[in-house]
Amino acid sequence: MKPKVATVWLGGCSGCHMSFLDMDERLIELADKIELVYSPIADVKHFPKDVDVALVEGAVSNVENEEMARIIRRSSKFVLSFGDCATTGNVTAMRNQFSPDEIMHRAYVELADGDPTIPSEFTTIAKLLPQAKPLHEIIKVDAFLHGCPPTPDQIWFAISELLAGRTPELPNVYLRYG
Amino acid sequence: MAILTLTINGEQVSGKDDESLLQIARQHDIHIPTLCHLDGLSDVGACRLCLVEIEGQSKLFPACTTKPQEGMVVHTDTERLKRHRRTIVELLASEGNHQCAVCVVNNHCELQDLAYEVGLQYVRFPYLYPKKELDATHKSFVLDRNRCVLCTRCVRVCHEVEGAHTWDIAGRGIDCTIIADMNQPWGTSPSCTSCGKCVRVCPTGALFEKGQTVAEMEKQRDFLKYIVTARTKREWVAEATEE
Repeated sequence: MKPKVATVWLGGCSGCHMSFLDMDERLIELADKIELVYSPIADVKHFPKDVDVALVEGAVSNVENEEMARIIRRSSKFVLSFGDCATTGNVTAMRNQFSPDEIMHRAYVELADGDPTIPSEFTTIAKLLPQAKPLHEIIKVDAFLHGCPPTPDQIWFAISELLAGRTPELPNVYLRYG
Repeated sequence: MAILTLTINGEQVSGKDDESLLQIARQHDIHIPTLCHLDGLSDVGACRLCLVEIEGQSKLFPACTTKPQEGMVVHTDTERLKRHRRTIVELLASEGNHQCAVCVVNNHCELQDLAYEVGLQYVRFPYLYPKKELDATHKSFVLDRNRCVLCTRCVRVCHEVEGAHTWDIAGRGIDCTIIADMNQPWGTSPSCTSCGKCVRVCPTGALFEKGQTVAEMEKQRDFLKYIVTARTKREWVAEATEE
């Protein structure tokens, strides 16, 4: 049976996923080796229960991210922090010097083009956590893939190692922030 | 001046009694990581990355401010030291706001290099995300305290080489911050000569030239050796020849 792989997009810009797609023709090889069971690029509504490897992009920034992070941990054998936002908070955490109220006011009132209104009922927009956090401050993470974004070569290396049954002890050549 | 013999990492080396352990190690191609040290400036032992073990002593010593003694046995690369160095880099990362991805010195940063050297996969301590002020009042330069690691190279180069002493440190402990003159906007500083030496010696993106964007700024730090050698030896070379 092929290993079940999920990729998740939390509080990030999706750049890590763009870099994933930049693996180009290697994606065809990958498609033969894995079963992609959950991803922003796959139409799957719920995170499955028995995932082998989860690549998680982005910081944990709102209540939805936090709930998702816990679901991922519960349902996955191996969780990989995917990129600098998941690993350090990075750009997503630059808002941490301000309160969620200040941020909502900035986004929905000061910068509003039309009707300046802060969404009061958080039904469509998940409520911000007081601070955006790196993934490992919320759940246990098994390995880290650095970079903003990680290069396609880094991602390929990490996935290849995982498929070979090894924890990607990423060599220093792949240790690069920013 | 006397020549002393000591042992560093099992290798017999010799050095002058007025040199630091760091200088002697480097003369023998023994690498010790540093951050606050810069050739041409005085040493203050602030960053603690160059800590070494000396046999017979229970505490650790910063190599940059420790003088050799005859027969001293020094270790620079033990597991204990590696553990401490990683912890120091983690604390620096967690106490500042170092978003490499949007920093002017991305890929040309001494803090990044150290993170790679100590193999920093992630930071074990909670990030503090402190609220730090950025000062862009100077006509040519910016001070972004988010990136500052308080190495005090800027303070020292301004005082020791430029002779202006614009920079200083205010506050205590984790609240320490770099200030200009009487804690005023840099652009209003009457003592600053706008020479830019502080910008060039800064190991991170805390001091940078206006108009630089992400990953654009590469700092040339060699200039300092030329100035210092010119003043002491009257020669315009990076390092004076031994007499």
